Amino acid sequence: MSKSLKLYAGTAIGILGTLTLAVNFADRFVADFPENPRTMAALPATQVEPVAEAPSGVLIGAATAATTDGGGTFGLGRAALPEEVAAWDLDVSPDGTGLPAGSGDVWTGETVFEENCAVCHGSFAEGVDNWPKLAGGDGTLADEDPLKTVGSYWPYLSTVWDYVHRSMPFGNAQSLSADEVYAITAYILYSNDLVDDDFELSDANFAEFEMPNADGFIIDDRAETEYSLWRAEPCMENCKESVEITMRATVLDVTPDHGGTEATEEAEASTGEQEAEVEEVAAVAEEAVPAAEEAPAEAAPVETAAIDAALAAEGEKVFRKCKACHQVGEGAKNRTGPELNGVVGREIAAVGDFKYSKTLAEMGGVWDSEALHGFLGDPRGYAKGTKMAFAGLKKAEDIDAVVEYLKTFE
Amino acid sequence: MATEKKAASASRRQFLTGAAAVGAGTVAAGVARAAEPDPLITEVQGWASGFGDGVDATPYGLPIKFEDDVVRRNVEWLTADTISSINFTPIHALDGTITPAGCAFERHHSGAIELSKEDYRLMINGDVETPMVFSYADLERFPRENHVYFLECAANTGMEWAGAQLNGAQFTHGMIHNMEYSGIPVRTLLAEAGWSGEVEGKWLYVEGADASSNGRSIPLEKALDDCLIAIKANGEALRKEHGYPARLVVPGWEGNMWVKWVRRMEIMDGPVESREETSKYTDTLADGTSRKWTWVMDAKSVVTSPSPQMPITHGHGPVVITGMAWSGHGKVTRVDVSKDGGKTWETARLAADPANKALVRFYLDTEWSGEEWLLQSRAMDETGYVQPTKAQLREVRGLNSIYHNNCIQTWWVKSNGEAENVEVS
Repeated sequence: MSKSLKLYAGTAIGILGTLTLAVNFADRFVADFPENPRTMAALPATQVEPVAEAPSGVLIGAATAATTDGGGTFGLGRAALPEEVAAWDLDVSPDGTGLPAGSGDVWTGETVFEENCAVCHGSFAEGVDNWPKLAGGDGTLADEDPLKTVGSYWPYLSTVWDYVHRSMPFGNAQSLSADEVYAITAYILYSNDLVDDDFELSDANFAEFEMPNADGFIIDDRAETEYSLWRAEPCMENCKESVEITMRATVLDVTPDHGGTEATEEAEASTGEQEAEVEEVAAVAEEAVPAAEEAPAEAAPVETAAIDAALAAEGEKVFRKCKACHQVGEGAKNRTGPELNGVVGREIAAVGDFKYSKTLAEMGGVWDSEALHGFLGDPRGYAKGTKMAFAGLKKAEDIDAVVEYLKTFE
Repeated sequence: MATEKKAASASRRQFLTGAAAVGAGTVAAGVARAAEPDPLITEVQGWASGFGDGVDATPYGLPIKFEDDVVRRNVEWLTADTISSINFTPIHALDGTITPAGCAFERHHSGAIELSKEDYRLMINGDVETPMVFSYADLERFPRENHVYFLECAANTGMEWAGAQLNGAQFTHGMIHNMEYSGIPVRTLLAEAGWSGEVEGKWLYVEGADASSNGRSIPLEKALDDCLIAIKANGEALRKEHGYPARLVVPGWEGNMWVKWVRRMEIMDGPVESREETSKYTDTLADGTSRKWTWVMDAKSVVTSPSPQMPITHGHGPVVITGMAWSGHGKVTRVDVSKDGGKTWETARLAADPANKALVRFYLDTEWSGEEWLLQSRAMDETGYVQPTKAQLREVRGLNSIYHNNCIQTWWVKSNGEAENVEVS
């Protein structure tokens, strides 16, 4: 109730549940903008629409009719079974409502995080490439370039738990147990120096935890800080004495269509990080053009080694775990990992423009079945020092399947 | 990507040679005269003699090949991966107000999923008499409505906070589309589940079926007022990338709330405070505090032509300045255009009566004699709100807001007809 009231006092959204609120709202307009009678006249007509008089008239009838068996006005649909609601209603609110019983500590979290999250978010939650950084940034929110992480920005711990539980890991969502999610959440807090290394998070102590930036948010105040200034008759003539161009997009040329060559030379040094990324993109794009043009000539089927289609289809599913970092197929590019077209039977570390770890670069040999099984089963055991922060595929049949799938990309 | 690049550079070359050639013919006053008969007229052309394609050559048609550069484009450096990313509507090349679905921008958090009508379920639970499940076939049996609404991503123009950055209306303003939706009012569905009738303090949490499980909390008042579960857009089934077979429509509010592949709606006593309504889609001010629940998209407009991707390629004389305007508060009432960076303004012609929370097309039919322009447009809506300058926005919000940048845009049209994204004093 109070939340709702504050909300509508603070914003000029025009949907009002009750007449009382609507009148308050209209009064505010009268007080704030007496100079614009045309607007005021228009507003109540469109905005004051008590819910009880909703246009279709369906509402009231349905609300009362529904007291029977849940079959509303139309008798469509069916009652949801408790198991169905339980399967989908997973959201967790700031007060912890919706959390399942369970627990996980920082050290368990480190292991689970390393296996499932570090590939994108870094071993210490500091982020890899352009993937989100989850730790750090404390005290930077008022800086020129704030670093918004779980620790520095997120107001509620429930959001972390809920998001990890329902939406992560990227490409393999909803695969973590409740205890694993508690452990990962604990580890993220630890990475942000918010808990000690002996911390254990559980449904019992969850609600006690207050995030550092919990008080860092205000409800939309545009009605007071902006609308009151900008609802005014605009100037039409002699609105300013002179006009100077103060900034040009072609100086900082990061627009895709222009390519990168001419643009990056002129670019200013002030946006270093962004430029580095742009140069990378430009370099990839340049390489991609000749490759794409040559493709048709080489497209003739050179070798059609029999592929087990069913196994490859299984492999496509397994490959979801790889997709966050590796691309295959037409137009595949290097991402966090190298593109994998033609990888089966290819020399190890053969993608020229990918920066491999020293280990792989110096390993030699080809990616035959034995090497792929060794590497994919235990990446860091097989190639100590590899940059591939993936825990490995535990089942040999998964490796068989994914290798078969990769064979379909030449 | 490669073909996109080629197409773009081809059109640039074409522009440079084309402008010179045409310019020479039309500068002279009065009716232009051709030096020689035009062979396209005097000689029988292939298309005037032989056959074209028969019916069924393309059971579902795509634009003709000459328009193959009118496509969505991505800015690769913005995001780590296209699976969780955004691309941009080619607004510079479109006219009218309805965005064709095939080039309407996409924003996915975990890729566009394939969810068939047969596999589709919509659950309504929480504070209702009976938690319900509806099939797609059920949805088709409820009374439905048709409405045209714009959908703008809160981050549209977000890359321009710190300065002029991307050189094209597609990239600065292309996270928007405008479609005609056919859908069922959310209030109808909630009533079917036996909603109590209580509104105050109640929220509706809506989530999608894809792996990102994108969910947003919406005050129940808004959900009851005008939100829809859309099953069609522009007359046809929703495209996969826009949430097939059903998405939420939240008129006038930021695009992230228009949950795609919508699978569940729950009436709750408070907001969930999900990732997309706390860590994202919140607007950080200069002092480090952040606004939340900034749902409404304020009035905004942009000149789509001339613009960096749409240089003036003809000679001096008549030119059509055009663009689009919209407001999440209701109807746009007026659009003004300035050619001198905001010193003087003239009111543009609206192509049709503005509709509620929908795009309106504006035109300024004018003359150009090779002078430089600093082209701007400025929308006003029915609340009297006037689209602010970038300086006005920065004065209140600082440089780090990311979202809700509805500033007046400036294109510098040069004497050769090319245009560039600039900022002016």
